[in-house]
Amino acid sequence: MIRTPLRPLARILEARQKGENPDAIERENLRIRHEQMRDTARVRAEGRLLVLGVAFFCAFAITGARMATLAASEPAEPRAHTQGASIVSSRADIVDRKGRILATNMDTYSLYAHPQQMIEPERAAQALAGIFPDLDEARLLRDFTGNRKFVWVRKKLSPEQKQAVHDIGEPGLLFGPREMRLYPNGTLAAHVMGGTRFGQEGVHSAEVVGSAGIERYFDALLRDPAREGAPLALSLDLTVQAAVERVLASGMMLMNAKGAAAVLMDVHTGEVVSIASLPTFDPNDRPMPPVTGSPADSPLFNRAVQGVYELGSTFKIFTAAQAMDLGLVAPETQIDTKPPMRVGGFNIGEFRNKNYGTLSIEEIIIHSSNRGTAKLALQIGNERQQDFLRKLGFFEPTPVEITEAQGGQPLLPKTWTDLSSVTISYGHGLSSSPLHLAAGYSAIANGGYAVKPTLLRQPGPQYGPRVMSERAAERSRVMLRKVVTEGTASFGEVKGYQVGGKTGTADKPRERGGGYYDDKVIATFATIFPAHAPEYVLVVTLDEPVDTMGEKPRRTAGWTAVPVAAEMIGRIAPLLGLRPDYGVPDPIHLASD
Amino acid sequence: MRTFLYILTFMSVIGLAFWAYHENYKTQEALADVQDLRRDIGAHRERLAVLRAEWAFLNRPERLRDLAELNFPRLELMPFLPEQFGRVDQISYPAPPIIEFTDPIDLSSEGGQRP
Repeated sequence: MIRTPLRPLARILEARQKGENPDAIERENLRIRHEQMRDTARVRAEGRLLVLGVAFFCAFAITGARMATLAASEPAEPRAHTQGASIVSSRADIVDRKGRILATNMDTYSLYAHPQQMIEPERAAQALAGIFPDLDEARLLRDFTGNRKFVWVRKKLSPEQKQAVHDIGEPGLLFGPREMRLYPNGTLAAHVMGGTRFGQEGVHSAEVVGSAGIERYFDALLRDPAREGAPLALSLDLTVQAAVERVLASGMMLMNAKGAAAVLMDVHTGEVVSIASLPTFDPNDRPMPPVTGSPADSPLFNRAVQGVYELGSTFKIFTAAQAMDLGLVAPETQIDTKPPMRVGGFNIGEFRNKNYGTLSIEEIIIHSSNRGTAKLALQIGNERQQDFLRKLGFFEPTPVEITEAQGGQPLLPKTWTDLSSVTISYGHGLSSSPLHLAAGYSAIANGGYAVKPTLLRQPGPQYGPRVMSERAAERSRVMLRKVVTEGTASFGEVKGYQVGGKTGTADKPRERGGGYYDDKVIATFATIFPAHAPEYVLVVTLDEPVDTMGEKPRRTAGWTAVPVAAEMIGRIAPLLGLRPDYGVPDPIHLASD
Repeated sequence: MRTFLYILTFMSVIGLAFWAYHENYKTQEALADVQDLRRDIGAHRERLAVLRAEWAFLNRPERLRDLAELNFPRLELMPFLPEQFGRVDQISYPAPPIIEFTDPIDLSSEGGQRP
């Protein structure tokens, strides 16, 4: 570049001759030079700005385009990733304690229609109505020929149905893959399983959401992809559950009961090995909840967990156990149970107005004396009785892992008077579920520790806080055993298993208030077996049973719930691996025979 | 010298391009293989789930009970009852095989002679 001098000699000399200031020329030239410099700098800056602008535009355009394609395209698994474990998106299986499947998934198809792609909507509607008798042909035709662009036809198809629809040959009928929940055992443990429904639905997939039972309680856990399909192991035992349901159903039929419930619980771990409620339903095809009538009459109602009943004399053992634990009485202590006995203005009576005279504590339990238990309750006092029952879990819904458990809130007296205390001591005035009772009996059976009933498999004993002394628990077990050998539950004897238990027959309260029914009872038998070292607690409850085999209809638990429970123990104890113990035969005794 | 360097660089660029081309295709092939395997694994997993479900369905207690009842004349299967527990000494084990000594004197003397 040729640099223009600031003071060109020729012009300076010329200016000097004319008498002008030569500095003006220099300033002028400097100005021109600065302008030139400024122009080049601007051009360069503009160029840089342009490049930068283009670069930013490209970057934003690429990012935007990528976002748009990601948003508009179907998600795909990355092809190249080194990590070995793959994500399992399906809902986890539910298995029993030995790994047998209780709930799993099945691939199936849903059927939907694109009416605008249909060639012969009339024929398609007719053929579909032929394949699915529950579909309304007129409605289908209206949907297919109207303005709709998309119609769901069926949510689940069997393979045969899919083939039949395929054979229609209508291009507007389309299939979408679906995963459905399958309960291969049908009605088995239906109340625990609950059921599922479809949540968010798309053409290519649909969410399976738990709608009740353990499916709903553990919904998030079962759907968690991080589990990689690891099944959820329950404490239930499939074979035991099947046997319990079978015996309970036949017992319910024989005893003409309208409902029945059974709970089998491990006394050390709190594991619920079997829990049944009849009538039942099929979780594969969960019925809709009833809109009329009492919800307690619906098959969906879980009597073992949601059903809160006054469980009658089965509570007496708690009163006796507490009295012995507090050191108020010993099993031999004599109590006068003669009438009259009035508490809070009410007469405390006995079953069929019997008069047992003076009884020991043991005999009070064996003969199930209301007045005897009532006197114990008065000795114990309100506060201590409440405290004891609270520790056994009778004040809260059971913590078992199904959503319905929250519905099993025990009904407690609003104010705990002496009369409440007395009636609750023999099982009236406090309503609780059979599962509550099983948990309470577990404390007696395991030597005095409260346990929490659970539906999940446990690694070992899960003792809670101690609620009574070992000695009181042991003495209570002796009493329970004697109820079977000498008392009201004589039908409860199962050879080899030393069953101990307590019967309870409670009149049903009228739904609209105003006392109790004369001819409707809840019969309960709560048992522990084997009584000398209990492993399991079994509670059998029959709703409105009546044994019509004798001359007069018999409703007491000793005639209804007890034989059912005994039959059940005979069936399930071997399945649980309990070896019958007939006692060691005495050789000398045998020789003398 | 410079020409030689140019030629060398040029040749190595061609060589690298050739190598990259091949590697690219190999990678594509491996990815396709992996995808196929993944699909196979998925299909097998699905099949396994179906088989498990089928197994569970066929072994449901209700069906087994019905089958046991249907085939009772042949199989005589009964529910498991407490009476079926036994003690070890109640089992009649097969008698131990009787060892026949054909030449007892020979045998007993044989041991004595050996050191």
